[in-house]
Amino acid sequence: MNEKIIQVKNLSKQFGNTLAVKCISFNINKSNIIGLLGPNGCGKSTTIGMMLGLIKPSSGTVLVNGLNIENNRTSLLEKMNFISPYIELPKKLTVEENLEVYGRLYGVKNLKDKVSDLMEKLNLNDFKSRKTGELSSGQKNRVSLAKALVNDPEILLLDEPTASLDPDVGDYVRSFIENYASIKGATILLASHNMNEVERLCHQVLMMKNGKIIDKGKSNDLINKHGRKNLEEVFLKIVRE
Amino acid sequence: MKFHRIYALSLRHIYLIKSSLPRILDLIYWPTIQIILWGFISMFFSLHSDYYNHTAGVILSAAILYDFLFRSSISFNMLFLEEIWSRNFTNLFVAPLKISEIITALTLTALLRTLIGVIPAILFASPFFGVSIFNLGPSLVLLFLSLYLFGITLGLLVTSGLLRYGPAFENIAWSSLFFLAPLGCIYYPLSILPDWLQIIAKILPLVYIFEEVRSILLNNIVNYANIITALKLNLIYFTSAVFIFYLAFYGARKKGTLINVGE
Repeated sequence: MNEKIIQVKNLSKQFGNTLAVKCISFNINKSNIIGLLGPNGCGKSTTIGMMLGLIKPSSGTVLVNGLNIENNRTSLLEKMNFISPYIELPKKLTVEENLEVYGRLYGVKNLKDKVSDLMEKLNLNDFKSRKTGELSSGQKNRVSLAKALVNDPEILLLDEPTASLDPDVGDYVRSFIENYASIKGATILLASHNMNEVERLCHQVLMMKNGKIIDKGKSNDLINKHGRKNLEEVFLKIVRE
Repeated sequence: MKFHRIYALSLRHIYLIKSSLPRILDLIYWPTIQIILWGFISMFFSLHSDYYNHTAGVILSAAILYDFLFRSSISFNMLFLEEIWSRNFTNLFVAPLKISEIITALTLTALLRTLIGVIPAILFASPFFGVSIFNLGPSLVLLFLSLYLFGITLGLLVTSGLLRYGPAFENIAWSSLFFLAPLGCIYYPLSILPDWLQIIAKILPLVYIFEEVRSILLNNIVNYANIITALKLNLIYFTSAVFIFYLAFYGARKKGTLINVGE
């Protein structure tokens, strides 16, 4: 399938005198998982922000399903969702209340069934009546994932979805994302510092540095091209060059 | 605008209010304390001043109305600050919410929060101090509407600042109404102010609202000209505040602050 779900064209963002993203272009095909790699401050979050319509580009366009996110923000966001360790759900609301609120925001049909289903699949039932702020970081992460999936998004933008999780929970989340993508045919952009995660999940990798995409391709192709043993070594080589 | 999204955003705050008894008590506590304080001050003047002998209810009625205004504005700000404090801000802005839906949801939920606080204070004033806000008659509805519009307008202006400049703007949220209170002529007539301050005060709807309250309670005269002027000014300010909120959202998107507010 080569249907282009996301088209990023000549996208740039300038904050004051700093050019955070410098004329990047890439496409994401339907049902593909694309990894976005790069050191801290390279422009990954700004790029994701522009793809979600949170940040206005200085120039260039983001097309989602052929529509410009700038002019169709609300309707496109109904089919998208986002998860990041830097944002949280209201701490004073219970897990169930949070999922209900977000389900309603996204206009989910049969919301009770949907929430029950997500809580079952993500093992949230044991603490569904507990306040979200009282949960461990692994539990919170699973609740955030449930929120990100409450609208059955066709497009998921994941910013370091397994950051600060122990290996067991991290693996659980990775398997869940992998499973969701294959069953729903979802298109996913995954920004991560975990190279094993990217190698395991992603069909293609975009390497960013100083606001530019400096390389892209399949993990194995990049490893071969740069003459390294794994993606982590490729990352280190590119970052240190 | 979609009702389910407005309801969802309101529900988030209703869950927050109903989950915490201290939060509900906090909403009720301050208006009640305000009424008790002004109730005793009014009683003192009733007993010791010929002028205030006839006007004890004026101060207390003004205190209740001012508190309604204060709660409306603070409630609107609080709902927005809750999102920043809980780091939920970005989650809301990646949801398919329109600005008009955010404004509507916050406006409706702010009313709920305000009523939770002010209704007990209104009920309290009657048996304890013999003052009923309902003595203002049918015009009370229009006076409340005017005060609510002004409270929400201030709330919109403060949240525009929070949206554009982030949590650093928080202190303004708490002090906004205190800046305006002296000019609003809440407890004294406009004529008390120096001439040059009267000119500035007259651009505030508060002056017309509280002049009207005194006119009704002291002279038993309803002057609809005051009420209409207050409503007209409120509509102008409210429309401007909505426009400024949209500009702030646009500015925040340009500056990139929507993605990390609260950090």
